[in-house]
Amino acid sequence: MASLFSKIFRTGLVTEPFSPVDADVERVLEAISARTRNLLGRALAIREVDAGSCNGCEIEISGITGPTYDASQFGIHFVASPRHADMLLVTGPVTRNMELPLRKTYEATPDPKLVVAVGDCARTCGVFAGSYAIVGSVDTVIPVDVFVDGCPPTPTAILTGILAALDRR
Amino acid sequence: MTDYLLQLINVALVLAVSPALVGLIRWLKARMQNRRGAPIWQPYFELRKLFGKEVVVSDTASWVFRATPYIVFASTLAVALLVPLVRIPVPVALGSDLIVVVYLLLLGTFFLALAGLDTGSPFGGMGSSREMTVAALAEPTIALAIFSLAVGAGSTDLGRIVAETLNAPTTVAAPGHLLGFAALFIVMLAETGRLPVDNPSTHLELTMIHEAMILEYSGRYLALIEWASGMKLFIFLSLLANLYVPWGIATSNDPAGLAVGLLALLGKVVVLGCAIAALETRLAKLRLFRVPELLSVSFVLALLAVTSSFVVR
Repeated sequence: MASLFSKIFRTGLVTEPFSPVDADVERVLEAISARTRNLLGRALAIREVDAGSCNGCEIEISGITGPTYDASQFGIHFVASPRHADMLLVTGPVTRNMELPLRKTYEATPDPKLVVAVGDCARTCGVFAGSYAIVGSVDTVIPVDVFVDGCPPTPTAILTGILAALDRR
Repeated sequence: MTDYLLQLINVALVLAVSPALVGLIRWLKARMQNRRGAPIWQPYFELRKLFGKEVVVSDTASWVFRATPYIVFASTLAVALLVPLVRIPVPVALGSDLIVVVYLLLLGTFFLALAGLDTGSPFGGMGSSREMTVAALAEPTIALAIFSLAVGAGSTDLGRIVAETLNAPTTVAAPGHLLGFAALFIVMLAETGRLPVDNPSTHLELTMIHEAMILEYSGRYLALIEWASGMKLFIFLSLLANLYVPWGIATSNDPAGLAVGLLALLGKVVVLGCAIAALETRLAKLRLFRVPELLSVSFVLALLAVTSSFVVR
């Protein structure tokens, strides 16, 4: 027990200061922080929906809750139910089996709600395009506010996308 | 009259401070995971946001689902009115009785379990059955642990128990006292849904207890339930503090004494909050089938506490 706590103490903070990719994004971020305060009160609950992804995006998404990126410092946290959520984070091309669950999840989310589609597959279906198992991109099923590009996108890109979606409201 | 007014201020205090306690524990845990973490006042932002959101209710939900958040919130507020927090004695007419307090808390749990079943979602029913299992094992222990103090004080009135302990400071080191504290601490972890019984930050439906029952709630209903569970945590911690380490609590209505009482209460609750955060960093969640073992340990501790209170007296 003592060794655990001494290791915690020796390691110190590992959270990196949030560094957006370029100066443009930085300006957007500053504008957002003022506006999100009015809209969602600096508290954003996210429900992650895997609509048929290869799980590459999920690994990056789980990265943003880890110590390095620590999304909770911005008041962003993941929840277990769409009823608790303000934002849906959808990954992957929408498969036939996930079309109805995705639509139902969207309906179960209370207003005001946002949708961020993460990864190239969510926009273009990626390597799965044309498959008999695929319905199409995420925006053919539910309205999408922001797409985050990348295969898979980095945690920084996902965070920037989330903040950009807040700005669109 | 002032007695009653001051007791109402207790309620305002619990309402105002409990989200910060939840935030403090989360922040401490984040620091112990080497994360930066959300500020301590984050739960206030979350509550404000939830009150402004739409409420989505399933078609299959009945009145139980809609009434439960108000019942849970009101019963917790009623408990806040009854327990000795900043000052003693609690006005007798309010009936600050141990048994009333224990069963008012159980009333909220009972309705929460009904609401979990109400919408017919599989996770809700699972959460309800688990919560009832834990409650059935934990409830007698709370009563028994505090009974060991009641035996010494000769009364089940919580204010009287605190006053008796203040009068006879040596009883704090009595075996009945120490065993009772250990028993009540374990039960507090179970009742307020902390590790190792339930994980308050879990996203896995299969491991949830408290969270599984409230999966269907949204908007202001969710806010009321979250706020009530924060208040329950605050009440449990202040009961632990005031019953077992009563020093600092105000015994009259003089303002300086009340200020000391308030600071002492907050200080003791913060220390217990730190203990919870350290414990949750160290402990893994117990397998569900091992929870009854932990709770029977706490029951045995409580039983020994009562026995030793009789013998030592």
